[in-house]
Amino acid sequence: MNGGHSDVLIVGAGPAGMAAAVSAAGLGLSVRVIDDQVAPGGQIWRGIEAVAASPRLARLGDAYGEGVSRAAAFRVCGALYEPQSQLWQIEPGFRAFVTRDGEARVFTATAVILATGAQERPVPFPGWTLPGVLTAGAAQILLKTADQVPEKPVWIAGCGPLPLLYMTQLLAAGGSIAGFLDTTPRGRMGAALRHLPGGLRRLGDLVKGLSWSRALQRQGFPIIRQVTELRAEGEGRLQRLSYRTANGRGDSVPAEVLLVHEGIVPNIHAPLALGCDIRWHEGQHCYVPVLDEWGEASQANVFIVGDGAGIGGMEACEPRGRLAALRLAARMQKLGEAAADAAARKERAALSRALALRPLLDTLYAPRPQVFAPADETLVCRCEEVTAGELRSRAVQGQPGPNQIKAFTRAGMGPCQGRQCGYTVAHILAAAQNRSVEDVGFYRIRPPLKPVTLGELASLDEQETAA
Amino acid sequence: MKDASMFHKLHDPGLSAVTVYIDGQAVAAEAGESVAAVLLRQPAGWSRTTPISESPRAPYCMMGVCFECLVEIDGKGSVQGCLTPVREGMSIIRHMGVRRLSA
Repeated sequence: MNGGHSDVLIVGAGPAGMAAAVSAAGLGLSVRVIDDQVAPGGQIWRGIEAVAASPRLARLGDAYGEGVSRAAAFRVCGALYEPQSQLWQIEPGFRAFVTRDGEARVFTATAVILATGAQERPVPFPGWTLPGVLTAGAAQILLKTADQVPEKPVWIAGCGPLPLLYMTQLLAAGGSIAGFLDTTPRGRMGAALRHLPGGLRRLGDLVKGLSWSRALQRQGFPIIRQVTELRAEGEGRLQRLSYRTANGRGDSVPAEVLLVHEGIVPNIHAPLALGCDIRWHEGQHCYVPVLDEWGEASQANVFIVGDGAGIGGMEACEPRGRLAALRLAARMQKLGEAAADAAARKERAALSRALALRPLLDTLYAPRPQVFAPADETLVCRCEEVTAGELRSRAVQGQPGPNQIKAFTRAGMGPCQGRQCGYTVAHILAAAQNRSVEDVGFYRIRPPLKPVTLGELASLDEQETAA
Repeated sequence: MKDASMFHKLHDPGLSAVTVYIDGQAVAAEAGESVAAVLLRQPAGWSRTTPISESPRAPYCMMGVCFECLVEIDGKGSVQGCLTPVREGMSIIRHMGVRRLSA
């Protein structure tokens, strides 16, 4: 049953997981890295090894290209790397249950570093389940991994750096844009600029963002500002897109592909499965794990690094990953406390610099209120097809929390395990019950974190009997 | 219009070209790209119909968190298509409505 023991098990081979692995292995710890994907890179450097050898690298931009050297360093760092390995249960001890090639295995470790990254914030609106509606991140992954673009000029709706980056990359690849529905509410820039003094440490990034915006404005496709409401319509797939702006203007246009994005939120399923404490982050409108200055969670020997620790962007990932490795190396007597502290000071300085722009970005691109208050007809739980209206009517029968609502309506009970409806359900309950979202809480996360077949479970038992 | 593909590939796979079978139909793909990417290039770009209302769904997140691309791959059900690279000869069956227990 035991697939092997290591000092450290790292979950995720993105920027944070790779940095943690390179650092921990370099300090003399035995390291195993499990990851969903076929190759290292996470989402930000998705497909980097395959793209590195092609002319496509240049048009995906410099930040993407930085992944080439990171993936190469990770490959030779000495960590055991298990790609295409789906984690479906992790428990104290630590035991991680993983499926790879249809076979389940258990890995044990003394410590765990969760580098499971972020997902795009769910953006429910009427028709968001229609084929043809995808996230902007999904379209970017299609571009990186399959060199694939929308057939026709594409509609993009949302806010944040990712839509701007994707539009820039899409145009560089020869794709075309039907229009951008900018959902950033009025007055955000003024509020965001209060954070400018701190953000000036990242002047280069600010300039880069502005240059994307300017270049996109010169392209001549329509840019509609302060969009508050979206609706997707069609028979079996997206055929029409309607929108409305803050000043009541609106339109309905033919559309085949609509890409939406309202920021990203940490993946908290694995931390919750391990019983780690989380807290509500007002600025980022999401839950983040409670961590100490090394990235250690409320459960000893569980570290959370990368965007899973709270959204910090690519450059915050590597210092966070290395801090966790330093702490563990000191704890396992591979490194003196003083040496770990000295190295940590450097990493914390890098982390602080990486996070300098965050308050400005969080304020500028905070999700519009409509994201959390979809119209009654909207399917909130995509898997079990539960509408906002049904949730609202249940919300005032007593004062149910997310777990009762799940039992009453099945919202959150489907294969995605609440990844697409958790935050919307929490906000709907909070509004209906006049409570804070933090007070409402989140679904209790139970195994399996991913679908697992009886055959896979049986393969686990066979190995146990043999051992 | 209804049968036009939603996405297209920018390059010819050349030597990396493989053939996969979607519901038994032969379809061109590139070795290593995801099953979900191939599904989105088909004229009917959906990946399954839902167990509740049997409405069609297509890959939505491409990063393993929406589960809209659950398909049967080489006989194994409920596999995430966005996390599965295609191989020559792969059989991809789209789930229709409620899944039934089978041998």
